[in-house]
Amino acid sequence: MDEHERTPPPQPGAPARATQRVRVTGPRRGRPRRTSVASEIDAQTELGEIYMRSLIRSQLRLALGVVLVVLATVGALPVLFRTWPGLLHARLLGVPLPWLLLGLFVYPFLVLVARVYVRRAEHNERSFNDLVGPR
Amino acid sequence: MSPGLGSVFAVLAVLAVSVATVAVGVFGLRISRTTSDFYVASRAVGPVVNASAISGEYLSAASFLGVAGLVLARGVDSLWYPVGWTAGYLMLLVFVAAPLRRSRAYTLPDFAEFRVESLTARRVSSLLVVLIGVLYLVPQFQGAGLTVRALTGAPRWAGAVVVAAIVLTNVVSGGMRSITLAQAFQYWLKLVALLVPLVFLLRRWQHAGSPTRGLHAVDWVQPMHEQYATYLTYSLILATFLGTMGLPHVVVRFYTNRDGRAARRTTVSVLAMLGVFYLLPTSYGVLGRIYASDLVTTGRTDSVVLELPQRALGGLGGDLLTALLGAGAFAAFLSTSSGLVVSVSGVLSQDLGSRWFSGVTSFRLAGVVTALATLLLTVASTGLAVAHAVELAFAVAASTFCPLLLLGIWWRGLTAPGAIAGMAVGGATSVSAVLVVMLGGTPAGPLGAAVSQPALVTVPLAFVTMVSVSVLTRHQLPAHLGSTMVRLHAPEDVDLERGSYHPESARRPVA
Repeated sequence: MDEHERTPPPQPGAPARATQRVRVTGPRRGRPRRTSVASEIDAQTELGEIYMRSLIRSQLRLALGVVLVVLATVGALPVLFRTWPGLLHARLLGVPLPWLLLGLFVYPFLVLVARVYVRRAEHNERSFNDLVGPR
Repeated sequence: MSPGLGSVFAVLAVLAVSVATVAVGVFGLRISRTTSDFYVASRAVGPVVNASAISGEYLSAASFLGVAGLVLARGVDSLWYPVGWTAGYLMLLVFVAAPLRRSRAYTLPDFAEFRVESLTARRVSSLLVVLIGVLYLVPQFQGAGLTVRALTGAPRWAGAVVVAAIVLTNVVSGGMRSITLAQAFQYWLKLVALLVPLVFLLRRWQHAGSPTRGLHAVDWVQPMHEQYATYLTYSLILATFLGTMGLPHVVVRFYTNRDGRAARRTTVSVLAMLGVFYLLPTSYGVLGRIYASDLVTTGRTDSVVLELPQRALGGLGGDLLTALLGAGAFAAFLSTSSGLVVSVSGVLSQDLGSRWFSGVTSFRLAGVVTALATLLLTVASTGLAVAHAVELAFAVAASTFCPLLLLGIWWRGLTAPGAIAGMAVGGATSVSAVLVVMLGGTPAGPLGAAVSQPALVTVPLAFVTMVSVSVLTRHQLPAHLGSTMVRLHAPEDVDLERGSYHPESARRPVA
């Protein structure tokens, strides 16, 4: 869209004439100039590598955080069942707690974790875009 | 079940599903023209359709029939299967979804070649895709045979032949575009097919005064009663959590997302869709404990979903609901088999057939070869347990492609020799375990536990091999590593140099 010249809006009150010339003002359209960060990354300079590494590292840290959360909750259940037999006899709404946890609650929990992850991952990418992307 | 009317309904229902699947496929034929249409539907698929398609393809015979059967037989410990099969998508989301989409690889061998720039790594991956694909296909065909026999009394091979014929018609005529629409349709069909009978079953159960007989056996209602339960449970968790990302028919579907961000959002929808679905087979398993506990002693727990309506309701209503469940089960076999045949034949045709035939022709031929080979294997190996082969396919995927994807995406140090060695060690150990289990040679004691659930041993082994060989060969880092990492991780809307690799064009020179 940006590459196309925009036709000026018709002047109110003035009859539109085919031969009339209108000055187009406003910011320069067309391909925005690349930032220096982008060219540093393309040239694979040390500075460019630092930008890429920081993006990768922030995304990896986020992913590992998700793994930790899942390990500490869902992944800890077998150990909890083993070490805390009281859990096995607990009931909620007449259903044994292990069934409720593994058969029902775990699914909305996983979806919730996934949604939080996506929001943060996109946030990391927006920060990268602000740094590297077109201004 | 009553032999007369019920069988007629069941046959009609299976026919309806088959015709509908082929019809959606033929409708899709008008749109698919080029090779990339066949592989990945040209990425013109919306997120909801795509998430439905991924879920529809993923929910196989193991999910539709097997989970209920396992819950009936083994109780609360078997709930880890559906939990793991869902959580596998969370692992896929956080580690693989967006970077894999951004890599623009169609298949796992494409990814291997793109990342470590080695044709040998590509060929090893192709071999593994075929291996995992067939391991996963055989139980689908077998499940179809069991279902057709349960519904109509026809011999086992009949169901397998029917599924093979329909899948082939679909794959050969329309390729993946039609498969995408068909898969999306299959998810909703499977959901409705389980949901409607369940509503009737629960109402009957309530009217009977909510009986709970059969639900109090301690080793059924309480977790961790098996011998080596801790090892077996964690090994199952590892295989299912990490295996999903390495399944060839799952990975190929991510290319149909518009970009990396869409791939992530699609995955979240998949998680929700799977979570809703898995509530249903669990309920069937519990109800089966009340109404059909004799299936445990006769060892036919896998047919509990199909038998419940007759046992709990009976009559015409029972016949109709059984027919609906039969249709849903068939949808499960058709969708997963189609996806597997598409991805296995995609790999076969790209790496083997393209020397002699044009792209589309070799894709079709590979589909025929894959389906026929699986059919032969299925008929030859009737003694194999359905649930075993499916979970073992996950273990093989977790021991081979999972380390390749995780290390390839997140660690610059991965080299071609490292990737090849890791996949070879993980593949050889996990496949050996699979073969021992399949041939019935599982030893007693802790070694037997390790063999029957190999992931907790073979996955770390594959990772350690891949990392240490890569470190030893660190002078052999791929030549285009810099642009490869940019392509994997930089969002698409940033204008950056991402290298020239494209799986459809001529291969770039490899180091």
